[in-house]
Amino acid sequence: MNLTAVDWLIMVLYFAFVLGIGVALKRYVKTSSDFFLAGRSLPAWICGLAFLSANLGAQEVIGMAASGAKYGIATSHFYWIGAIPAMVFVGVFMMPFYYGSRARSVPEYLRLRFDEKTRAVNAISFAVMTVFSSGISMYAMAKLIQTMRILDGPFAALGVSTAWTFHVSIVLSAVIVLGYIFLGGLTSAIYNEVLQFFLIVAGFLPLVFLGLRNVGGWNGLKQQLPSAFTHSWQGMSSAHTNPFGVDTFGLVMGLGFVLSFGYWCTDFLVVQRAMAAESMSAARRTPLIAAIPKMLFPVLVILPGMIAIALPNLPTTGVNTSAGQVQALNQAGKGLIPAKVDESTGIPKVDADGKPILDYDLAIPNMLLHYFPTGILGLGLTALLASFMSGMAGNVTAFNTVWTYDIYQSYINKTATDAHYLWMGRLATVFGIALSVSAAYAATRFNNIMDFLQLVFAFVNAPLFATFLLGMFWKRATGHGAFFGLLSGTGAAAIHHGFTLPAGGTVGIKGGWLGAIHTYPSEMAQNFWTAIWAWSACFVITILISAFTRRREDKDLVGLVYSLTERPSEEHVVWYMRPAVLGAIVIGLVVVLNVIFL
Amino acid sequence: MGLDIRMPIGLMFSLFGVILTAYGFLSDQAIYARSLGVNINLSWGLALLVFGGCMLLLGMRGARLHREAVAKKK
Repeated sequence: MNLTAVDWLIMVLYFAFVLGIGVALKRYVKTSSDFFLAGRSLPAWICGLAFLSANLGAQEVIGMAASGAKYGIATSHFYWIGAIPAMVFVGVFMMPFYYGSRARSVPEYLRLRFDEKTRAVNAISFAVMTVFSSGISMYAMAKLIQTMRILDGPFAALGVSTAWTFHVSIVLSAVIVLGYIFLGGLTSAIYNEVLQFFLIVAGFLPLVFLGLRNVGGWNGLKQQLPSAFTHSWQGMSSAHTNPFGVDTFGLVMGLGFVLSFGYWCTDFLVVQRAMAAESMSAARRTPLIAAIPKMLFPVLVILPGMIAIALPNLPTTGVNTSAGQVQALNQAGKGLIPAKVDESTGIPKVDADGKPILDYDLAIPNMLLHYFPTGILGLGLTALLASFMSGMAGNVTAFNTVWTYDIYQSYINKTATDAHYLWMGRLATVFGIALSVSAAYAATRFNNIMDFLQLVFAFVNAPLFATFLLGMFWKRATGHGAFFGLLSGTGAAAIHHGFTLPAGGTVGIKGGWLGAIHTYPSEMAQNFWTAIWAWSACFVITILISAFTRRREDKDLVGLVYSLTERPSEEHVVWYMRPAVLGAIVIGLVVVLNVIFL
Repeated sequence: MGLDIRMPIGLMFSLFGVILTAYGFLSDQAIYARSLGVNINLSWGLALLVFGGCMLLLGMRGARLHREAVAKKK
């Protein structure tokens, strides 16, 4: 890749701003609440953009474009069925309890509502998960820098071997993220997420513009792709007639209800952004404000993938090593998507039918290289790197808070001064990042370990939403019920996984280790149904055990449960900024989008 | 918080805008073959400049309103 001075100038400027924000904020961080909760002082629009951006890691950007290239516009279900309704729900119905209870974290809410052991399960699994997620993000970024040969130019100038690219990328990203969080805490992370949000839009919008112009607009794109690629609901009535391999029920329940609500409504990584808001009203508006750009994001992240696959085969651009190899891989590929290369032989990998396996993750990188001349290429690459960093930083800030408040202050040192906890938060940032680096290196050695861990996290997360739903809306739910409900949900997920396999999958990490008695048409279908089983098990067991255990008195649950809490008054807010109105507008818009792309 | 995020956003995008616009003028037009003949550096640079400028204006207006509110309180 040929980057010139102007590309580097943009990249370096961006990193200077990122660190500069941390430095500028340092003097405002005086208490642990400043560091972990941004002093609960930020306006709704800032929290809203950060709420969106914290989730906009590179797995999202690269992954959604890859999915767009593989499945087409149906990928938008992750937004229009998945994220948006959940974001409306958390803003309108759940935020009054998160924000109103003055809990400092999601696990702390569980402690207030249920008991210590329920909090411990959530806090510990969440802390481990954030470290690994941030490690995976770091690993993916270093790999991409290596594949795209971004650092080859400067390395050649300095006489350093390109074998160092991976290590240098890891260290640089770790130092930058560490720098700005260590200095400015959550405020710094949130401010940078807002910056990253605008940068991602600025970097990808011209890409979409050029791509669409090239293929003749949306109508031109429609003509060049199979019709299921441009109609999001086509073939969804049966699992066997759409590329996802899921039916409408599995899609709406599994993705739309269990997984999306589980993520957006209970994951502290995103909820923390709303908790930093300056008032109850701002906290409730945070996810609703985030939902509006979120529903338009398919244009920025899915469309480039669809354009990449629709273009004629172009063997001249690409990110792989030698020119000859690029040509061979691109010819075996489709559009701008090359075939995957077998690292040992250098020839394209093929599946069981002899067809080349496509490397969909290269959709965005190849689009950038194909359309962007030097100058704006620097901006596009910076946007890509920014998305990796926001994914990492979100995890690190969530980790240091949960570690300090929910593990350290709760079990290790209960009576220290606030200054001590602030110090511990900074220390946790350092070792959280050190652990992420270790996780990134673990990923280079044992790819299966990462797959395995992600599977375990999926088991742990799937039932969570049932616990919160019952906790917030059924005052009879008890701590024992919640705790054993969560465990049974995780157990049910594991058992379901053990008894099922996706089509073409082999027994092992893909499932079936208890004896495969059912085969799903796709891995996605299996995932959705694992989540549905986990949620249902948690829901039923929590109710059953709660019915037989001692309930807490009503007076202890005020502010924590819907029926015992006064509705937050929104009378001082102009009508169109009220959560219920905003929520209704968002839902209306998303229905329109679904109809347009039906 | 004491720092208005609109200021660094405005400043950064204005700088990006200036850099891309200037580069769009100075660069060899042949490099725009890949962007379908559109001088994307120039046009997008101008767009970023406008965006950055708006953010700076909003930030300065915010600071002025804040000062006035503080003065009123006194």
